[in-house]
Amino acid sequence: MRFMMIVKGTKDSEAGIMPSTELLEAMLRYNEELAKAGVLLAADGLHASSQGIRISYPEPGGKPKVTDGPFAEAKEIIAGYTLIEVKSREEAIEWALRMPDPHGFGEGEIELRQIIDAADLTQNPETLAMEAALREKMEGTRKP
Amino acid sequence: MSGSSVQRTIDAIWRIESAKLIAGLARMVRDVGLAEDLAQDALVIALERWPVTGIPDNPGAWLMTTAKRRAIDQIRRSKLREQKYEELGRGSDLYTEDDIDMALDGEVEDDLLRLIFTTCHPVLSQEARVALTLRLLGGLTTDEIARAFLLAESTIAQRIVRAKRTLSASKVAFEVPAGEELKQRLSTVLEVIYLMFNEGYAATSGDSWMRPMLCQEALRLGRILAEIAPAEPEVHGLVSLMEIQSSRFRTRVNAAGEPILLMDQNRALWDHLLIRRGLAALERARKLGRPLGPYALQAAISACHAQARTASETDWARIAALYEALSRVMPSPIVELNRAVAIAMAFGPAFGLQLVDELVAEPSLKDYHLLPSVRGDLLVKLGRTGEAREEFERAASLTRNARERGLLLKRAAECAASESGDCDQQGIDA
Repeated sequence: MRFMMIVKGTKDSEAGIMPSTELLEAMLRYNEELAKAGVLLAADGLHASSQGIRISYPEPGGKPKVTDGPFAEAKEIIAGYTLIEVKSREEAIEWALRMPDPHGFGEGEIELRQIIDAADLTQNPETLAMEAALREKMEGTRKP
Repeated sequence: MSGSSVQRTIDAIWRIESAKLIAGLARMVRDVGLAEDLAQDALVIALERWPVTGIPDNPGAWLMTTAKRRAIDQIRRSKLREQKYEELGRGSDLYTEDDIDMALDGEVEDDLLRLIFTTCHPVLSQEARVALTLRLLGGLTTDEIARAFLLAESTIAQRIVRAKRTLSASKVAFEVPAGEELKQRLSTVLEVIYLMFNEGYAATSGDSWMRPMLCQEALRLGRILAEIAPAEPEVHGLVSLMEIQSSRFRTRVNAAGEPILLMDQNRALWDHLLIRRGLAALERARKLGRPLGPYALQAAISACHAQARTASETDWARIAALYEALSRVMPSPIVELNRAVAIAMAFGPAFGLQLVDELVAEPSLKDYHLLPSVRGDLLVKLGRTGEAREEFERAASLTRNARERGLLLKRAAECAASESGDCDQQGIDA
């Protein structure tokens, strides 16, 4: 199963202040550890939200509204992500606990979210077929 | 935390730490079996204590310290000490506590590399190598390994016990070989990992077409190997091959569990992250600047498929050339068969059939179901459906995979239904 470790933004990341050499090195060492355990799929940092763009749909089915950053509420902003492939939810948590505190100043926050994969590698074709059939049924009952 | 949640957390920690733990201990006691016992002892102590004391901040170090203490106690107490002194008397590697500390502070990746080379040692049977590698490097339980191989747990447990005993009895050195031996031994390591992957990718028997856990584990081991032995192009070649093949997982079976062939797969559903990783690994293999070996060449072929946006855009001429190169570094009738398919796709079925016909007399392919399957496919394309039907039926009688048999019989029936010769055209090489 795959998990995304989402590193939340902080005042610093939003101000475009790059992480200290110390933190950068700690992060690199951590990523190296993930790679050497064969669980790292991808990892990237993101620029501050002032360089971001939001596309929203204020009217259902209407025209999209394009808003330039910065966006309010630093904690709701994503500053970076790391994608890992692990055997269990607990393993993902264990890895996340080992990530260096992303920014310090009491603002560091990592969110773990499992990636949806209908054909998750741990499911066999029979299970998949069952799931597909179930979904068809559910969709069938939902329709008027 | 509830009891079972602590248990699951400990399982996760074990999965992350066990290989490093065993590898470090094996360097100290020079016996993989004993190292695993010591690591397991530390795990048992953790299982007793952690639910009460809470999980320590650095669980890996805690386990290592605990196992190290057990090792020192055991070496002190048992006759083992004398035995080990005797065994190592010729070398300078005597056990004092300082040495043990030093041994444990060494480079982790070297230890892991040594452990991989040991679990894949040629003194063990192929099956034993796979089971031991999954157990010691993957941190899988005997039960998990048994389920993946559709065998009884006792069979796997026995296989592992015997493998550890063999390693100990034949005094296999816990080391990474050098020079020419490294090359030979590395190829057995890669073989074990790829065998694991293939066992999961296209199960040779049984009802389930895929045994995904094995694939995932093989891919993880390959990625570890690429990190700890980055100068070997074939390691990257194998990782590339496995990443690209894995990218097709979700398109390889339909909802009914039947296999979907490469040319019919929905390419939009291929995992592009894995394709990108596969292409990057292939690039790393190429950058090392040595002639490409069998795994890198197979990866290059897979990359050709991965890079074609639609099946019809596949660069078959390039694939045929790559098979040609592959047949030079790894001559085999199966490679020839695949080359024939590529040539048929690039230059027409008649050219392909000519090559396949040359292989019909090949004794090693006598019972290989893909030979009649390919031949049937080419015959269909040439409109010779009567002959094609016979080939599909023969292929069906040879395969051990129930789902594959179903597909082949379906194709035979299609041929019978359209004696005039407008049977469905399908490629192989999924």
